[in-house]
Amino acid sequence: MIVLIPMAAVVARSTEGGWDTFWTAISNEQAVAALKLTLLASLLVVVINAVAGTAIAWVLVRDNFRGKRIVNSVIDLPFALPTIVAGLTLLALYGDDSPFGINAAYTRAGVVMALLFVTLPFVVRAVQPVLMELDEDMEEAAASLGAKPPTIFRRIVLPNLTPAILAGSALGFARSIGEFGSLVLISGNLPFKTEVASVFIFAQVQSGNTTGAAAVSVVLLAISLVILFAIGMWARRSLRHAA
Amino acid sequence: MRLDARRFGRPPVTDEELEVDAGGTARMRANPGRAGRLGLRFFALGYLALLLLIPVVMIFIRTFDEGIGAAFDAVTTPEAQHAFYLTFLMVAIAVPLNTVFGVLAALVLVRQRFRGRAILNTVIDIPFAISPIVIGLSLILVYGRDGWFGQWFIDQGIQIIFSVPGMVLATIFVSLPFVVREVQPVLQEIGDEQEQAASTLGANWWQTFWRVTLPAIRWGVAYGVVLSTARALGEFGAVSVVSGNISGRTETLPLFVSKEFEQFDIAGAYAASVVLAILAVTTLLLMNRLRPKEESL
Repeated sequence: MIVLIPMAAVVARSTEGGWDTFWTAISNEQAVAALKLTLLASLLVVVINAVAGTAIAWVLVRDNFRGKRIVNSVIDLPFALPTIVAGLTLLALYGDDSPFGINAAYTRAGVVMALLFVTLPFVVRAVQPVLMELDEDMEEAAASLGAKPPTIFRRIVLPNLTPAILAGSALGFARSIGEFGSLVLISGNLPFKTEVASVFIFAQVQSGNTTGAAAVSVVLLAISLVILFAIGMWARRSLRHAA
Repeated sequence: MRLDARRFGRPPVTDEELEVDAGGTARMRANPGRAGRLGLRFFALGYLALLLLIPVVMIFIRTFDEGIGAAFDAVTTPEAQHAFYLTFLMVAIAVPLNTVFGVLAALVLVRQRFRGRAILNTVIDIPFAISPIVIGLSLILVYGRDGWFGQWFIDQGIQIIFSVPGMVLATIFVSLPFVVREVQPVLQEIGDEQEQAASTLGANWWQTFWRVTLPAIRWGVAYGVVLSTARALGEFGAVSVVSGNISGRTETLPLFVSKEFEQFDIAGAYAASVVLAILAVTTLLLMNRLRPKEESL
């Protein structure tokens, strides 16, 4: 009840004025720009996460070095750190007075960076246990047959990891689409440039346009539900395959 | 939120499993050579350092630039103190409620078969899947002045939106799934034979729960509580929408950080962030301590 009634209220409000009002609200140029940026940034983040996350998981499972346990626990930091603090820390390093001379404040690069920060653990944590269970016999067999490491990775390791990478990426994508806290400070919320959908909705609520806010929210809700549903299907299917 | 690997049917990784034997000759052949291995390690660690570690260290350095005294002063102003008080109030209300709900919901989902169970299972994940801003907006549409129930509450003299009750609701909403999701797999794993044994021996529902079920799931519950606490402490988006940001009245610690930053009181923003970051690191340590125990069940 605590979850469903509010969700129903959002949908009801967005369709209050009929289909036309709904359409006008979401085809508003600023709303379209915000939704587009959200989707594109999230897609880019998913791709980077899939590569970097798999690499990090590989290093954590197959490599050995001092301090590995610490690195392993640091991965969860983005889940533990309040999002507003995440935004501020990135700004402290990559903002106006960056010691590296990199200024990503109020740019789209800053948006992507903040999203990468908050979604980092998803792919790593999905791939890690699978990689750990993966039997190295197959890889050794391939090696003894003369396959080179890149071939082994592409033909044997990667196909085994794909479901986990996709599952982790989907969760990261859902999170990116709705992210707010880490973006408010670093993006500067410039309409048409760095304003993402959640920030747009926030601005609409602040200015009293709850109907417009609800319409854009419904679009976000629809995307999230599709993703949730897809993950559910995927998990069920891969479990059946395993059994 | 921790990605729960068990949902994909595999146990999560413990510290012990992290130790690998990388010295075997056959393994060395199957894995990339020394250069490839070092390159990957360098890439992974470098990525983590640039994205995670250096920024977090940086904020500590910036905060204590002007000495501990200045940082301490910045977080002991009356406004900051009130933000602390409100943040802890949110946690104190939301976490116990979510714990009780979470354990009950997990019991219902695992032990009972009923129509709509799959739907309930999906609904519980909603707070993870949707934007906190949308959550905030939805609460306004239900409990706000012209919301569905808003007028009724106002007639009773209770203001929910732009006031503390709304912020508590928002906090409960966003941290709802954690306990359920941590307890559910544990319940599934332990099965219900012990519970059945207890009830054949004449224990009532409460005795069975208190003496048999709860001790078995305690680490799952503890882990869920830690995760909910972290989220409740740090929630920004949903709380920000429903609070109206009234300084000194409806301002939690994360809102305080953002306001200080926007008013160019950077020192205050950094100092409050450091407090939140310390709380987060404490949470991490607790998570790591609890995880292996939870698995040894």
